[in-house]
Amino acid sequence: MSASGQFQPRRATTEPLWLRGILLTLALGFLALFLLLPLVIVFGEAFSKGWQVYLAAITEPAAAHAIKLTLIAAVIAVPCNAIFGLAASWAIAKFQFRGRQFLITLIDLPIAVSPVIAGLSLMLIFGARGWWGEWLNDHDLQVMFAVPGIVLATIFITFPYVARELIPLMQQQGREAEEAALTLGASGWQTFIRVTLPSVKWALLYGLILCNARAMGEFGAVSVVSGKIREQTNTMPLHIEILYNEYQFAAAFAVSSLLALLALLTLVLKSSLEWRAARDLAEAEACRRPE
Amino acid sequence: MFKKSTQKPVLPGFGLSMGFTTFYLSLLVFLPLSALVLKSFELDWAGFVKVVASERAIASYQLTFGSSFIAALINLVFGLLVAWVLVRYSFPFKKVIDALVDLPFALPTAVAGIALTAIYAPNGWIGQYFYQWGIKIAYTPIGVTLALVFIGLPFVVRTVQPVLEDLEQELEEAAASLGANRLQIFCRVIFPALIPSLLTGFALAFARAIGEYGSVVFISGNMPFRTEITPLLIMSRLEEFDYAGAAALGSVMLLISFVLLLLINALQHWSQQRHGGGR
Repeated sequence: MSASGQFQPRRATTEPLWLRGILLTLALGFLALFLLLPLVIVFGEAFSKGWQVYLAAITEPAAAHAIKLTLIAAVIAVPCNAIFGLAASWAIAKFQFRGRQFLITLIDLPIAVSPVIAGLSLMLIFGARGWWGEWLNDHDLQVMFAVPGIVLATIFITFPYVARELIPLMQQQGREAEEAALTLGASGWQTFIRVTLPSVKWALLYGLILCNARAMGEFGAVSVVSGKIREQTNTMPLHIEILYNEYQFAAAFAVSSLLALLALLTLVLKSSLEWRAARDLAEAEACRRPE
Repeated sequence: MFKKSTQKPVLPGFGLSMGFTTFYLSLLVFLPLSALVLKSFELDWAGFVKVVASERAIASYQLTFGSSFIAALINLVFGLLVAWVLVRYSFPFKKVIDALVDLPFALPTAVAGIALTAIYAPNGWIGQYFYQWGIKIAYTPIGVTLALVFIGLPFVVRTVQPVLEDLEQELEEAAASLGANRLQIFCRVIFPALIPSLLTGFALAFARAIGEYGSVVFISGNMPFRTEITPLLIMSRLEEFDYAGAAALGSVMLLISFVLLLLINALQHWSQQRHGGGR
């Protein structure tokens, strides 16, 4: 390569320094532009008119109500999807049956289907002119343009997240541990609670926080079914849209900054969970080795 | 008696967990989505075609699929680059940057939408410099594409990264000792091993981009025929109380999403086989 006579031993499995520099700069530049800048903008714009405006924007009644509604939707949707995730991953990971792959595809569907389609489909079932609209109306139950509709849309959009985290892990872990517990006389529930749950706890927790982040941030599906009535059916993302369309940019970004904080918190929790999972795995390996 | 004792203990709970899964999926997925498809049958064939092949609909497909495809391509290139840098190089704050890659998963799409608009609008942080040169980013297909790049970024990184981590360096050493240079090693040894995961990541980013609504709706400007994506067209049909028309457009998109998902699952299966077989 160089004719200068001086032999420079270089590892054959890495790139020359200049190329590494270029690749690193390109990658970090891309991430700074696409990930860091939007985050900076959210906080920068939120505080652009000072603390008072910021505080007023997140404490005014409409905002407070939107925050409350968002929390309600998440508090209902996340546990429902956790139970679903556990049931689905138990069935899919521990048993062999026909159509298993198809079932996994179905569970992934909300990730690929447009949230607008999700909202529209719920509307066609529960809306005034939908399949069950008349029956619901006769019994004075309002689902669309009300809290139940928002909760349903949130559940629809977020149900894959827990299941997706659990299925690969449970498949990888196999069923030996559970079978051993059963042989030793544990009941089915005991086996599930004492053997299966502890071994997937970090993945379950990660699924829960991701599900929660998506639930609180869901926009498309909820905007179809909510009707966007202020102080009644407005969630935080919908409130942001209204403020933005009214040119109240500082207020829109102030409410956004709360959701951005939630996103950052989610990422921090995720990293710490991954670290704990890796530590547990290392400990388990260390225990096994002396034999 | 003898026969039973040699059998492996069978795990209980299949009926319960499978029953609950099926019930939940039927209520949440089958029922609403079949309502969608059945609603679109209310139109006769000519009416259906008129809705899904109208000029405005076709313009929206072109924008949705075109910008999703370009965004997924950009993510393919930069996703590979980011995964490569995260796996192979060490640099300060690597852990933080690695965690930040998941931001588009965690950040609500509406927040991403208004932040990107604030950056790329003609009076925005970056948009103003382009505007001086007569280039508009927000409220054009370029803006739509940028929003979709943001949304799809983690998919390619997170599918390629684990495969790259597990790649055996011995193979590269062997190739090097046989006289291959770095570029040859990358093209002939590393890249072929990454192809299944790259394709999976591309398809995931593409599928996600097609359905995206929240971030695009702010940056696109929503002009029919020019910057109107298909989910938004469905939304405006809904606001006109044209449920059958909305359902027809929705069914077309649903079918495409479903086919893409089946393709992704096949790709993942292939990827796992390749990945596992290499050991």
